Amino acid sequence: MATTRDWLLDDSPSSRLQARLGRGYRLSRALMRNPLAMVGALIVLALILAALFAPWIATHSPITQDLAMRLKPPSAEYWMGTDELGRDIWSRVVYGARITLMIVMLVAVLAAPVGLVIGAIAGYYGGWVDRILMGITDIFLSMPKLILALAFVAALGPGIQNAIIAIAIATWPGYARIARAETLTIRNSEFVSAVELQGASSFRVIVNHILPLCSSSMIIRVTLDMAGIILTAAGLGFIGLGAQPPLPEWGAMISRGRSFILNEWWVATMPGFAIVIVSLGFCFLGDGLRDVLDPKHGDRQ
Amino acid sequence: MASETDPALALPSGSRGASHTARRAWKMGKGLLSILFAVAFTFLGLLAITFFIGRVVPIDPVLAVVGDRAPRAVYEAARLEMGLDRPLIVQFLDYVGNVLTGNLGMSVSTGRPVAEDLARVFPATLEMATLGILIGVLLGVPMGVYAASRQGSLVDQVIRVVGLLGYSIPAFWLGLVGLALFYAKLQWVGGPGRIDVFYDGMVDPVTGLLLVDSLLAGETEIFFNALSHILLPAAVLGFFSLAYIARMTRSFMLDQLAQEYITTARVKGVPERLVLWRHAFRPILVPLITVIALSYAGLLEGSVMIETVFSWPGIGNYLTTALLNADMNAVLGATLVIGAVFIGINKISDVLYRVLDPRAR
Repeated sequence: MATTRDWLLDDSPSSRLQARLGRGYRLSRALMRNPLAMVGALIVLALILAALFAPWIATHSPITQDLAMRLKPPSAEYWMGTDELGRDIWSRVVYGARITLMIVMLVAVLAAPVGLVIGAIAGYYGGWVDRILMGITDIFLSMPKLILALAFVAALGPGIQNAIIAIAIATWPGYARIARAETLTIRNSEFVSAVELQGASSFRVIVNHILPLCSSSMIIRVTLDMAGIILTAAGLGFIGLGAQPPLPEWGAMISRGRSFILNEWWVATMPGFAIVIVSLGFCFLGDGLRDVLDPKHGDRQ
Repeated sequence: MASETDPALALPSGSRGASHTARRAWKMGKGLLSILFAVAFTFLGLLAITFFIGRVVPIDPVLAVVGDRAPRAVYEAARLEMGLDRPLIVQFLDYVGNVLTGNLGMSVSTGRPVAEDLARVFPATLEMATLGILIGVLLGVPMGVYAASRQGSLVDQVIRVVGLLGYSIPAFWLGLVGLALFYAKLQWVGGPGRIDVFYDGMVDPVTGLLLVDSLLAGETEIFFNALSHILLPAAVLGFFSLAYIARMTRSFMLDQLAQEYITTARVKGVPERLVLWRHAFRPILVPLITVIALSYAGLLEGSVMIETVFSWPGIGNYLTTALLNADMNAVLGATLVIGAVFIGINKISDVLYRVLDPRAR
């Protein structure tokens, strides 16, 4: 063990692989020293496991209705009670993890690269390219995200795909801003000039040398944004514009429980706890990642 | 704002190299003018977005406005009325002209002009958001200062977690839980709506703010009824601004408390309370005003969800009702107004920052 550790922490790594693994090892060590970040990582891990193994974790079917057992309070049989159609809420919450994870990942996959590329191009070329791209970015940034997403869903029509597209549209400008700021600090560094003098095209400089260096601040920002994305998706589901029934989406589940809130409180309350815990997990993890990857911007503990 | 820039504009020709104040005023006027251009540009961008959402994104914008059950004749009339046979840029300029003259189109669901509807529902939202921000400021600022002064203590950790909860709790869920607890179970507050049905329409709308109107009319009973209804939604909104304001206040205060002049003051034996509130807090007032303004604008966004939960007849409820009825004119009108207020508050806080902070001049 000790030799592996020495190899990982070697000050002069002999291969690219060793350097990368060593960096990963140092980061994970630093992350493990931060208790809140570990709690966050565990929550996110639990979300992923729940999504992967939903059929084994759920105790009932998430969609089979049983009207005889409708609106039963939490018990040993139904851990979170049942909803107005007799479905087990625990099982629906577990399956809902799949939908939440899918939304969050798709939004990140759609929005982060777009923002990254736009920001890097604006920062690298500067001048009027920068002015036009950042003008557009700022207009999107100046709108409240939820309202923007709502209006886009209204035009595109309700449904989970459109909700994902709308949230991605509302999310990318933040990433463009960050990527531009990072690019501006990298653009005039000597290694970029060196690559340019070797005759590398702008495309090559941006893709091979600028984008990889933006990635750590992007990872932080995307993780911190996850909570906001989950809340927006749940909000769209709550209003009835996101995931449609019978999909067990957490926001839509809360919306169904609204009519029973005064007596059968568990129907609306339980999925809400899932949202709060998962969002909080992403917040903790994002805060921890920021402290580790970007010490100069972290809050003082 | 315009009146502030005009005298500054006249300066350079007449009084070149004049007094220091004149030059400063000229510089500030130039700054304000550039902000004015930025505002105009942003508003144009906002209009471009709503135009894009209304006319370009839907496959058939006419259908989006008249609904899919409209007869053929209505459809054709709407198509001509919307001018969809003209080029896109002409349509856009037409749209900008309409908005500038206050014409936001007709709402399908209420059958009235959207602008009129919005003017009617806006005070309800304003009333709730204002009470919410008051709660957020009055609790959040002291919490942030206290957390910073006891950095690392249990209270500080609790306040930190509250701050993060503000980013993780769905507003609509907190509203529902609040209703279940404080209305259904404890009966401390009134239920959904602005006022009991019994009192509805009993005071003349002067300002549109029920709390103010009932006091103006001298109806204390109605005032307290309205207060019991607004308390819970405003407290829920207040929680979110509190979380944000406390978090930011804490971080600003920590920056100040690490400065050397604070150490000097402490070494001189200045009481800790004075060090906190006079030495450390006063310099953070300016950035704090920006934070509060941003938070106030953010409450407009939060009110969309909260109003749906509490059946609050404000702009958020109007927007969601319009969304569900596919009432595109109303959706775009509400989006436009919320966006414009959001941008407006942001820019005003920019200007305030410039005016108040000597370093930014």
